[in-house]
Amino acid sequence: MSAILPPSEQVWWKTPVGKEEIVWIALALTWCLIMFAMMPIWHVYGKQNLSNEAYKTTPVQYEAKVKAMVEQHTIRTQSVGEMDVPVVAPPAGSDVYILGRLWSWYPMLEFKKGESYRLHLSSLDWQHGFSLQPININLQIVPEYETVITITPDTSGEFTIVCNEYCGILHHTMLGKIYVTE
Amino acid sequence: MSEEKEERVPAMQRLLDNYFLLLFLGVTMPTVFYILWGVMEIVSIPIAK
Amino acid sequence: MSQYRICPDTGLYFDRAGEGLMKANAVAGVVALLVAGVLALLVGLTRWPAIHYLGASDFYMVLTAHGLNALIFWIIFFEIAILYFASSSLLRCRLATPRWAWLGFILMLIGAIMTNVAIFQGSSSVMMTSYAPMEAAPHFYLGLILFAVGALIGCFVFLGTLVIAKEEHTYEGSIPLVTFGALTACIIAVFTIASGAIILIPSFLWSIDLIGQIDALMYRVIWWGMGHSSQQINVAAQVSVWYAVAAIAFGAKPMSEKVSRTAFLLYILFLQLASAHHILADPGVSSTWKVFNTSYAMYLAVLASLIHGLTVPGSIEVAQRKKGLTNGLFEWLRKAPWGNPVFSGVFLSVVTFGFLGGITGVVMGTEQINLIIHNTFYVPGHFHATVVLGTTLTFMALTYFLIPVLFRREMILPGLAKWQPYLFAGGMTILSLFMMGAGTLGVPRRHWDIGFAQATEMGLKFEFPGSAEMMLGLVGIGSVIAVIGGGLYLVITVGSIVFGKKIEESAGLMQSFGLPLAASCYTSEKPEPVKGPAADLEEHGSAGFEAPGTFVLAMVLLVTFVVYYFINWKYLSSVWPMG
Repeated sequence: MSAILPPSEQVWWKTPVGKEEIVWIALALTWCLIMFAMMPIWHVYGKQNLSNEAYKTTPVQYEAKVKAMVEQHTIRTQSVGEMDVPVVAPPAGSDVYILGRLWSWYPMLEFKKGESYRLHLSSLDWQHGFSLQPININLQIVPEYETVITITPDTSGEFTIVCNEYCGILHHTMLGKIYVTE
Repeated sequence: MSEEKEERVPAMQRLLDNYFLLLFLGVTMPTVFYILWGVMEIVSIPIAK
Repeated sequence: MSQYRICPDTGLYFDRAGEGLMKANAVAGVVALLVAGVLALLVGLTRWPAIHYLGASDFYMVLTAHGLNALIFWIIFFEIAILYFASSSLLRCRLATPRWAWLGFILMLIGAIMTNVAIFQGSSSVMMTSYAPMEAAPHFYLGLILFAVGALIGCFVFLGTLVIAKEEHTYEGSIPLVTFGALTACIIAVFTIASGAIILIPSFLWSIDLIGQIDALMYRVIWWGMGHSSQQINVAAQVSVWYAVAAIAFGAKPMSEKVSRTAFLLYILFLQLASAHHILADPGVSSTWKVFNTSYAMYLAVLASLIHGLTVPGSIEVAQRKKGLTNGLFEWLRKAPWGNPVFSGVFLSVVTFGFLGGITGVVMGTEQINLIIHNTFYVPGHFHATVVLGTTLTFMALTYFLIPVLFRREMILPGLAKWQPYLFAGGMTILSLFMMGAGTLGVPRRHWDIGFAQATEMGLKFEFPGSAEMMLGLVGIGSVIAVIGGGLYLVITVGSIVFGKKIEESAGLMQSFGLPLAASCYTSEKPEPVKGPAADLEEHGSAGFEAPGTFVLAMVLLVTFVVYYFINWKYLSSVWPMG
């Protein structure tokens, strides 16, 4: 019974340490440093990083930007319940916007495979979770903050944005769409 | 006699026996690196044009 | 003059005032666990697609209550009991200011009840995290604030007891390792509660319209200073209990005081930085901040956990080998008391915490890998392995030790108690593994219907792969098994302290809830100061590998860790390029 008793020695700091502990600490520390190095290395060589670009905004200001894009680049609409949701195909390389609100993602986007887009994300009300499926990219969407990521879809098809931050009673109905064409 | 004994206790052991110094370190470290630095990051986010 | 009794079976010291507080806090914790467990079953049956038991609004309400009762109320009540035990009993010292300690207990109790009332009134289904600007009822926040103030009083009573013990020379040399681990938990708790105060008090004022708005990003960063650190209190507390059980069940001595205490020091300095795990997918906070904090400053707190992972079983191995169990690498383990729930609970906890909880926590806390995991079902999968298999299972094991020693009752149903840790750990392992599996397929956490029936009706369709649905079914099955295991724990412990045979004649029903035993059990004579055991003749560290079996197990963990870590990078590299 001695982890529940004071140490045997008055000066226990100088008691020699067993070999397995020393070897283990050396191995574990090496592994820790490798894991630490991996993150900066991926920033340099990896292709999937979260940009640090973000702005403080307001729901009104952000919604206006979304509307401007929708007015310019809508190619068709898709009916969801009683609403006609615009599907927007902005030019490659441009700034594109999605907003989250209770309980929908707006608008729908159409991308070209292999092109890059500056995707802006924000919320008009509560926090939401941008979860792009089945790709499985997940971002936190925070009201009054506008995130900008440069995204390059390298697969085509229909993709769904699931909300994965709890946002109230109809949270589980909140879906959006991104289409990627060849 | 007792003073001599004190002196032989290594600094690291004395640190580990000093509860309030540990409390100070344990509260200061995350307050500075996590909270204060984090809050500074947030307030320095530029305003959207 | 303070009064105390010495437990005739273990020689442990119990201060008359401190003993009542330990019991009261432990019992309150177990009641919270009962509530959390019932709610867990409802949550599990709802996320099981074939059953889908609750409606959406009930589900979100129940999930909110499950989180707070399990993660906060059960664990922190029990931890306060551990703090009092680790200070007063292990240092043979009277507990400092028992009246303040009772005040703290009452505040915690009122706070826990108040928050539960707010949730079940239906107006505070905001999840445990209550992310602004989603608003809960004012008494939701107020209850949490009262609970935190009570817990802070408990921390200061613990620190005060350490001061008294030092001044009154109730022990010789340094405090025991277990008390040092409890000190680590207490220090982390002080930071946790301070962060909680910084964010919950403004949230409360906002809910009664005294403050206009709360910045959502600021809320997240500071809230997680509390939310994640509160789980780091658990890590420190549970590791201390591991050391305590190794000492109690095997007479194990720490392999090296220096190494184990330094590992706790690394916790004190770095563990709390990992609150950043929750901010990795957030806007605007720089990668420098994220990388530094999420890695606990170069993974130094992970290093500490890896050290404890070796030294806890290692100290058991050394003790077992001294008893003559020296054949091969693993005789010491094969011949361990697997039928004793105090040991089996802790051992299962060490293994599952390491392999399931620890590895996945580090992987998902990697800045970029978090992009494929944030807010998916993987997250609760991970923390059911750390908090439930790690902390809750450890505390369950400790309870079996406390029933005779602290409550002075014999345990009822010892045959079932033997199986309880396996059942609970088995169910929870299934649940945790398949939650993580479903999360890898993108299934969101905190979600009532991943079939998206309502959205489909409106013309928006999405289906997860069939395997995701199957895994959610297995999560449901795991949750039912774990709830049976947890229910068994509640029946045995509550049954024992109410109906168990009295070891001490005066250990009546009221004594089980905090009243002292008969006066004749206590004495006021000054106890002998508690001393360390005699130093070994053959000193540690001289003769090469003393715990080769543990070393091999640790290497298995490390290899698993490395492989799984790089698999996740590989998976990340397959998603759309972004930057």
